[in-house]
Amino acid sequence: MEHYISLIIKAVFVENMALAFFLGMCTFLAISKKVEAAIGLGVAVVVVLTLTVPVNNLIYNNVLREGALSWAGLPNVNLSFLGLLTYIGVIAAMVQILEMVLDKYIPTLYAALGVFLPLITVNCAILGASLFMVERDYTFGESLVYGFGAGLGWALAIAALAGIREKLKYSDVPEGLRGLGITFITVGLMSLGFMSFSGISL
Amino acid sequence: MAEKSAKQVLFEPIFDNNPIALQILGICSALAVTSSMSVTLVMCASVIAVCSFSNLAVSLVRTQIPGSIRIIVQMTIIASLVIVVDQILKAYAYEISKQLSVFVGLIITNCIIMGRAEGFAMQNPPFLSFMDGVGNGLGYSVLLVFVAFFRELLGAGTLMGYTILPSVSDGGWYATNGLMLLPPSAFFIIGLGIWALRAWKPEQVEEPEYRMSRQTVKEAF
Repeated sequence: MEHYISLIIKAVFVENMALAFFLGMCTFLAISKKVEAAIGLGVAVVVVLTLTVPVNNLIYNNVLREGALSWAGLPNVNLSFLGLLTYIGVIAAMVQILEMVLDKYIPTLYAALGVFLPLITVNCAILGASLFMVERDYTFGESLVYGFGAGLGWALAIAALAGIREKLKYSDVPEGLRGLGITFITVGLMSLGFMSFSGISL
Repeated sequence: MAEKSAKQVLFEPIFDNNPIALQILGICSALAVTSSMSVTLVMCASVIAVCSFSNLAVSLVRTQIPGSIRIIVQMTIIASLVIVVDQILKAYAYEISKQLSVFVGLIITNCIIMGRAEGFAMQNPPFLSFMDGVGNGLGYSVLLVFVAFFRELLGAGTLMGYTILPSVSDGGWYATNGLMLLPPSAFFIIGLGIWALRAWKPEQVEEPEYRMSRQTVKEAF
């Protein structure tokens, strides 16, 4: 249990997807003008990550990994080069399924998430988490916890940035820096803040 | 989009319509791989290759793709090309591919490539699309190399691994700036780079959402 808690804290703070690994930056910068929209997107990312990372973990361990196909009588097959194609396929499919399920059973949440769901397919944080999962050799339980933690960290970061940007629009920024430029510098400062967590070893 | 010559298509994305500084595309990988010059150059070459060939491939089949599944088709083309690049890097540049770790794979979700495939290659003939891919790849590379130049020079005093500014720890005079090797510096450099670019080309400045009214001071008599 302790191991899982430390994994989740590490994923949220120390190895924050957005601020330490710069994943999901495009949506991070594009959809952080309003706090409400940012939180909606954050929730969607948490849900999708919690689902896709464990699913990709199962696929990797049971189909793609070297020798993983021995249950089918093919002990010498190594399909790991197909990894990228598989993960992105799983992500696209999961997002599509999630969209249909939400539309059918929880239409209020579906309406709230709106356009953000399909956008998530091309969010690098999702694919990134699956790739990190493979690289670090997580077990199924760990991958579930890691997926949730990584999503939570990303959601936290985008909500915080949106809060700052909502106030920032009233300030008098130098002309060339207006908009994208100042946002980059703000994110840089936030990232410096999050670096203070990096000394924590769990 | 009006007819454009190949030259325009090739050079426009570099400064006038830079994918990172203006279109806000492909930022994710721009930040993470720029702490040293050689890694950055490999990453740039990979992105240029994937972007141009995916544009070419998408453009070749553009009349055959049904509209409803075009995203999946584009995704598959891009993912296959990235797998090729990944395997080549693992075979011939193993050290660098280790340093790039997951970021080669993340070229798939690099919005520049998807964005150009969807926005340009679907409407234009193969040769122009190829050129557009190279141009956007170059625009991405210019900004990346710019960031990597400052990060490696100021952070470690080296360029491409060769010592330019001998550091204090090696008996030289340059006190290395460790912050430059850490992630946040990439944000600062890109932010300042965008400022410089917009000071040079003022038409790229964004309109402010609110303009402050001038402060009025009444003289007291």
